[in-house]
Amino acid sequence: MTEARSVDVPRPVSDITAAGRFLFVAGVVLLCAWVLVPIYLLLVNTLSSPQEVTGFPKTGLPSFNLGSLQFFAQFAGVGAALWNSVLVAVLTMILSIGIGAPAGYALSRFDFPGKGAFRMLVLMTRAFPLPLLALPIAVMFIRVGLDDTPIGLALVHTTLAIPFAVLITFSIFSGIPLELEEAAWTLGCNRLQAFHKVVLPLVLPGITASAIFAFTISWNEVFAASVLTVQNRTLTAFLLQSLNVSPLHLRFAGGAALVVPALVFIFAVRKYLFAMWGIANR
Amino acid sequence: MNNKSLPYLLLLPATLFLAVFFVYPFAQIAVQAFTAEQGFTLQHFDKMATNWKFWPSFWNTIILAAIVVPLQLVMALAMASIVAKLKTGRNSILYVFTIPLGLSDLAAGIIWLAIFEQSGFLSSMLVGLGVVDRPVLFLGYQNLWVIFIAVILAELWRATAIVMVILVSGMGLIPKEYYEAAEVFGAGPWKRFLKVTLPMLRPSLQTALILRTIAAFEVFAVVVALGGTSLPVLVGQTYDWQFNLRDSGGAAATALVILAISIAATLVFLRLLRTPRGATP
Amino acid sequence: MAEIVVKNVAKSFGAFQALHSIDLTIADQEFMVLLGASGCGKTTLLRIIAGLESPSQGEVWIGGRRVDQLPPRQRGISMVFQNYAVFPHLTVFENIAFGLRMKKLPQAEVRDRVERTAELMHIEQLLQRYSGQLSGGQRQRVAVARALAMEPDVILMDEPLSNLDALLRLEMRAELKGVLAGSKTTTIYVTHDQVEAMSLADRISVMNGGRIVQAASPVEVYRNPAARFVGSFIGNPPMNFIAATSDGDGRYRVAGLDLDGPAAAGPRLEFAIRPEDMTVAPGGLRAAVRVVEPLGAHTLVTCEVDGAVFRAVLDSDLRIAPGDELSLVPKPDRIRWFDPETSSAVPVAS
Ligand SMILES: Nc1ncnc2c1ncn2[C@@H]1O[C@H](COP(=O)(O)OP(=O)(O)O)[C@@H](O)[C@H]1O
Ligand SMILES: [Mg+2]
Repeated sequence: MTEARSVDVPRPVSDITAAGRFLFVAGVVLLCAWVLVPIYLLLVNTLSSPQEVTGFPKTGLPSFNLGSLQFFAQFAGVGAALWNSVLVAVLTMILSIGIGAPAGYALSRFDFPGKGAFRMLVLMTRAFPLPLLALPIAVMFIRVGLDDTPIGLALVHTTLAIPFAVLITFSIFSGIPLELEEAAWTLGCNRLQAFHKVVLPLVLPGITASAIFAFTISWNEVFAASVLTVQNRTLTAFLLQSLNVSPLHLRFAGGAALVVPALVFIFAVRKYLFAMWGIANR
Repeated sequence: MNNKSLPYLLLLPATLFLAVFFVYPFAQIAVQAFTAEQGFTLQHFDKMATNWKFWPSFWNTIILAAIVVPLQLVMALAMASIVAKLKTGRNSILYVFTIPLGLSDLAAGIIWLAIFEQSGFLSSMLVGLGVVDRPVLFLGYQNLWVIFIAVILAELWRATAIVMVILVSGMGLIPKEYYEAAEVFGAGPWKRFLKVTLPMLRPSLQTALILRTIAAFEVFAVVVALGGTSLPVLVGQTYDWQFNLRDSGGAAATALVILAISIAATLVFLRLLRTPRGATP
Repeated sequence: MAEIVVKNVAKSFGAFQALHSIDLTIADQEFMVLLGASGCGKTTLLRIIAGLESPSQGEVWIGGRRVDQLPPRQRGISMVFQNYAVFPHLTVFENIAFGLRMKKLPQAEVRDRVERTAELMHIEQLLQRYSGQLSGGQRQRVAVARALAMEPDVILMDEPLSNLDALLRLEMRAELKGVLAGSKTTTIYVTHDQVEAMSLADRISVMNGGRIVQAASPVEVYRNPAARFVGSFIGNPPMNFIAATSDGDGRYRVAGLDLDGPAAAGPRLEFAIRPEDMTVAPGGLRAAVRVVEPLGAHTLVTCEVDGAVFRAVLDSDLRIAPGDELSLVPKPDRIRWFDPETSSAVPVAS
């Protein structure tokens, strides 16, 4: 009896919650550090002189020496590679939204025979290792004269981005009640006017987010870029190609050049990431 | 407003595009892998399989995926559960967690190179702590397993975010009442996670696993950045066939192997995690 | 002049037939309510008239013009949607002005009309707000104002009050009635709420299973249901029905009682009476009381007659308890008869 009672005495609740609370906060801090510290270390190397980058031991603090960055900026081909990356990414963004958004709109607004088949086609692309497409497409491009051109690479990157563009714009359009469009029709609009005056202003932020997402896909893509470009290398292709021949500080500065814009992109689309995936899931 | 042709008109560009740049190239890879001058042949596969790097690259790819994907799933579930519990600072922490989502595998490789290279931060720390007395060459071909660990860390670091995003969105779709009902019937937090969260997350888990496993089979730039050619993987093999050996038949055959294991994995997850009809909320 | 004529309209969604051959004429400036249970096809019919859905067969005429092939903007209609459909990216002013700007009216007239309708709907204080800053009732007012500002021939409303709370609904109902009576438009109003239908309508079309069962004035629909369904759907509590067999010569036996019925009818009919149309007196239907529910002015008594549930609304002065045996005498002029085969009303020849 007495034993049972002593076991029954509850521990003070505050103790348990305090311990749990501490573990929880520690977990959050640890996970944030896990994400942020490696990026910080890359930036430390980027903001150190070439000698410091190869030097030993490292302090873990940046010296704010711009030597590495200067070397990177003046390295032959870097400027062109950066320009190509931006150009290809912008083309990808325009193509994938221009082609993907109408499809997303059709999927969200109409029921028609063949809808399931189209959805299947889009979802199927997920089961395929898409960058490998670059191999046969390289041959195709040589035949039509698109080899080693930004537009050629953008076409392949658009293939990577279109499934996302379709599914994301589908979910964005689905978030606009059809009733709003119908109200516009009863108030004197035809379909195009209703889209322009009612749907477009409402979806614009979301469409921008998915455009940025498409930009990021292209910006980050390595394999197809390496396969399809020779003279007109993008930054990723350039870095990959020079990995084993270039000095460390060039690689780190190049890595930072890839990472920093990506941080901005993700910040810009952060609000939409979850909504996009919530529905793109189904 | 019944315009029967409008939806088809809207789908036409995307359909055409996917036909030209997705269906057709894959048909071509398939054809190329199985043909030579004299017609149908298995010689490309023969050549591919007898290349001394093929089987190491095959197993490296599979084992990497088999280690990385489950670990990512566990980490992402932990992160998603933490996010679900957060009250203050939820948005900032979500942003931090999703940062790697925007980074390329090449960038991730370079980032972890900064840590693992001989004069890098790990060496510096170990020397500072007195564990070793001079810089260690972690990423040499003598230490394949260290390269392996570095690649796993880089992949975990980079690609867990996408799994987490999918799971967080999935959790957002689970009605709160289920948790409240489970709590009323006496389920503790762990039981609620096992009996409510996991089963209801099934579609999201499926999407995440398929997406991640396929991407894991495509691992390439991280490996090159960290290990150069010391650690062969399948996509790297494809690249070699195409550019160093100038043999697109071999490249096509290797690409088909990647495609085959990708489809196999997709089918397994579709079957394993299928939601029974009518069991959706 | 905007008479609406619906001729032989049917609609199928795949294999499912939502509307069966609807014929309906709505007079100019009439207030017509489509009433029926959820899923009976009210919205579908309204959307076909609006041009948001195309009929599988049949014709729609508005103001003497055949419109079933025209898009909504060319039909001279405005519509108030169930969820209001107030454009979230525009101010209240711009919402109300939206259709007027589409008509390319001069700026001064747009302002004038917006201000007039806003005043009519008591939202002149809200013109610069966005829909996110409005309550449900205010959004409702904006939606109505936006439709009225168009000065349309026809206003279509799909359950416009169903998302409001009870008190607000009562208030808006009276207001809508006043505003629309003054506007000289033809109105079609969809609802599943019979009280709303009764209070607003010039005529009610009762729908069931994709058909219009009866189209008549509220009192007519209530007093003389054209079909058994109408009697059982309208009225709270609904009509009572008891099987009746002919004794010949127009007399019928109803639960042991002999009553006068239609002379020229078959051997079997259904006797029907509304719960409030009975008095407690000797020589009536023998009813065993099961549940007694005092409702203030009246008492709702649920009994068993002839083995079936039977309800009576009686004066609350009467002292009745469960287990009592009552004798309920139906008022002769309120008795109705239905054919059990066709379930349509059988008139008492007079
Ligand atoms: N677009 C559609 N596709 C398939 N069935 C529909 C569609 N719209 C309505 N229905 C069906 O038609 C019937 C009538 O619907 P509706 O007119 O909305 O009913 P009500 O407005 O009276 O509740 C319902 O059974 C509904 O399920
Ligand atoms: Mg309806």
